[in-house]
Amino acid sequence: MNSPAETRVPANQISVRRQATASIAVVGNPNSGKSTLFNRLTGLRQRIGNYPGVTVEKHIGLLKAGDDSYELVDLPGTHGLSAHSFEERIAIDVIFGRVEGMSAPDGILCVVDASNLYQSLYLAVQLRELGLPMAVALTMTDAAEAEGIAVNVEKLSERLGVPVYPVVATSGRGIDKLRQGIVELAGAAAVAQPSSYPALADAAAELAGDVSPLKRVEFERLLVDGPNEVNGALVASLGGDAETRIASAQASVFGDAPPLAAEARTRYAWVREALDEIQQQGSAVTSLRTRILDFLNRPVPGTIGLFLVMLIVFQAVFAWATPLMDLIDGAAAALGAAVVGALGENAMSSLIADGVIAGVGSVVIFLPQIIILFLFIILLEDSGYLARAAYLMDRAMRSVGLSGQSIIPMISSFACAVPGIMATRVIPNRRDRIATILAAPFMTCSARLPVYALLIAAFVPRQKVGILNLQGLVLFGLYMFGIVMGVLTALLIRKTALRGPKPPFALMLPEFRRPNIRTVLIQLLGRARVFLYRAGTVIFAVVVVVWGLTYFPRADLDGFIVAEQQRAETTLEGEALDAALVDIENRAAAMQLEQSALGRAGKFVEPVFEPLGWDWRVSAAVIAGFPAREVVVAVLGTVYAVGDEADEATLSGRLKASTWPDGRPVFTLPMVVGLLIFYAMCLQCAATLAVIRRETNTWRWPVFAWGYMTALGYVGALLANQFL
Amino acid sequence: MLMKTSERTLANLKQGQKAVIEAVDAETVEVQRLMTLGLVEGAEVELASKALGGDPLEFRLFGRGISLRKEQARRFRIASGDRE
Repeated sequence: MNSPAETRVPANQISVRRQATASIAVVGNPNSGKSTLFNRLTGLRQRIGNYPGVTVEKHIGLLKAGDDSYELVDLPGTHGLSAHSFEERIAIDVIFGRVEGMSAPDGILCVVDASNLYQSLYLAVQLRELGLPMAVALTMTDAAEAEGIAVNVEKLSERLGVPVYPVVATSGRGIDKLRQGIVELAGAAAVAQPSSYPALADAAAELAGDVSPLKRVEFERLLVDGPNEVNGALVASLGGDAETRIASAQASVFGDAPPLAAEARTRYAWVREALDEIQQQGSAVTSLRTRILDFLNRPVPGTIGLFLVMLIVFQAVFAWATPLMDLIDGAAAALGAAVVGALGENAMSSLIADGVIAGVGSVVIFLPQIIILFLFIILLEDSGYLARAAYLMDRAMRSVGLSGQSIIPMISSFACAVPGIMATRVIPNRRDRIATILAAPFMTCSARLPVYALLIAAFVPRQKVGILNLQGLVLFGLYMFGIVMGVLTALLIRKTALRGPKPPFALMLPEFRRPNIRTVLIQLLGRARVFLYRAGTVIFAVVVVVWGLTYFPRADLDGFIVAEQQRAETTLEGEALDAALVDIENRAAAMQLEQSALGRAGKFVEPVFEPLGWDWRVSAAVIAGFPAREVVVAVLGTVYAVGDEADEATLSGRLKASTWPDGRPVFTLPMVVGLLIFYAMCLQCAATLAVIRRETNTWRWPVFAWGYMTALGYVGALLANQFL
Repeated sequence: MLMKTSERTLANLKQGQKAVIEAVDAETVEVQRLMTLGLVEGAEVELASKALGGDPLEFRLFGRGISLRKEQARRFRIASGDRE
């Protein structure tokens, strides 16, 4: 929904506060609790931008201590100093000062996960060899304790040769000491540290000559990774026979072994030896909770559990939100009536009541559903369940030419395809990545939800099927339909344009963790704000324009109304007269709408959509929805508020009452099914197209996706309307 | 070097079984990547679970979950006498 492009700031414009006395890089493994800690340390004094030329988010925060302030840079998580993804590459480039407009950090705060010392120390031991001042924040001490892991903090500090500060980022325990440690770090002198891979360090030093430890480690990376696009300057500094010198140094250090494998063997041997001294593994408490989790880890219960979780989410989105939605609906209707009552019937009151309140209200009404949906997605992600879903679904995903890693972008796309498509960056294989990008917009995003919700509430009876609610089931079916079509698309594209070998798969499975309420609420508020912001800006603007298109040009209907009213007054009386007068007003409004600019546009394209069973009003709403699909509900709200069904209190009632000129209902079952199919397929979202362009770096894929999905939607709706 | 089929690899472990990695066929970049995550000679690994259909596999490595596909798990040879 909210494209990060909107918040994109060039690196040199991110306010690097002048008073910041030092820049500290916060480095750690993914899932090490790094970002929670970063948020604790910097609070709201944060700036989010992008690194130059790439779409990796750059988080810079300010740590205040007395009169001084320190700039903390939250680097993307990495497992080591060899990059295997965009994010890792950025983290490493920042450390070596290779990012445009950023010098190498003045110090490093290394985040070490106490419950995962093995992998954390692999990174920590490499970082301490950089020769930069360094401190360790030992996170997850509470989780480690629960798993029966005892960490000897003094020994850890001794082994690494740097100060270690245990913290519990979620509760804030130890944060003050850590903050003090960072202040000391900023003024500290670099300490030379022994290498955990002396043969490599010696070879790099010999190759590089007399250089700083940081430069020496950069040469170590050159030997491990070989010459590549980021270390060209290093290779050039070696002169003409660089290639041979590198090759002979590599041969002397690694022999026949692949450099990366040799490095992992050597440094992990160091880590294991250190762990013997630092860590004591007692027995974990086997609680009922862990036994339940173990049970859910088995293949069959795990997979059934995954589907149950999804089913519960969709049921909740429908069932829990209804009371709140009815409340908003009623409030909007009352507010509109009050405005008309206060201002009288004129252009201004029509703009406010029929345009703004009806239009924006019909979008805001979906806020409860969207909050519930995001709440579940954030909870699932925060608890570590999404990674498990990737693991459980890998085999199924592989059979359609994707990998388990595609599941995270796909699940994120249920909220919004824009972050979903950005999340495809975790997929290392290019073919897989593009196939996932093309499948992602088929997932039912939160902007589709309002359209589904409206049509389902209006046309699916409220009844129970067993213990389930029929409306919830239909919604679930639509989600499934989107998944199936997305998967078929991926399969098709992997068998044709993107044919290639199946990629490998490896995934860290984080422990189940109780989500942190603070983090969840911060994220949830952010999502709600983005949604309301869009309702208040883009949707507001479209709604006002659409209102204008329905209100102007004005038809001269005064003569018609007066003549009809007189005729009614002479022939009828009492209740029959009142009814006739309302009817006259409605007919006049319908005539106005029909010859308005929007009415004419809708009529112009009606022949194209007529085989789908859409009248000119539905066609006009669909056209207005191409920049952003949630606008459709707002437009329907506006169109029907000023139409001849205006006496129905709510939009869904108005839709049901809407008829063709000959009196047949517009919203028949086949037509509604077709309309739902159209919405499930059609790519009505400019932000998604923009992000596909950005992530694939060509217009080919967004153009293809748009044409393909629109065609699918049209044909699907046509088939449903003709053959149901 | 491909592991001979008679050799025991991580793919042969049963749920709950532990074994120490004895040798790694590090030919491919993917396997090297797994080694940087700590799947190296000398590391003790336990098979924690299998996904539906027996693939991929979830291992525990120093208390942390890591999932591999079977074809990758076959690149990691283990000692024949495994421990409970």
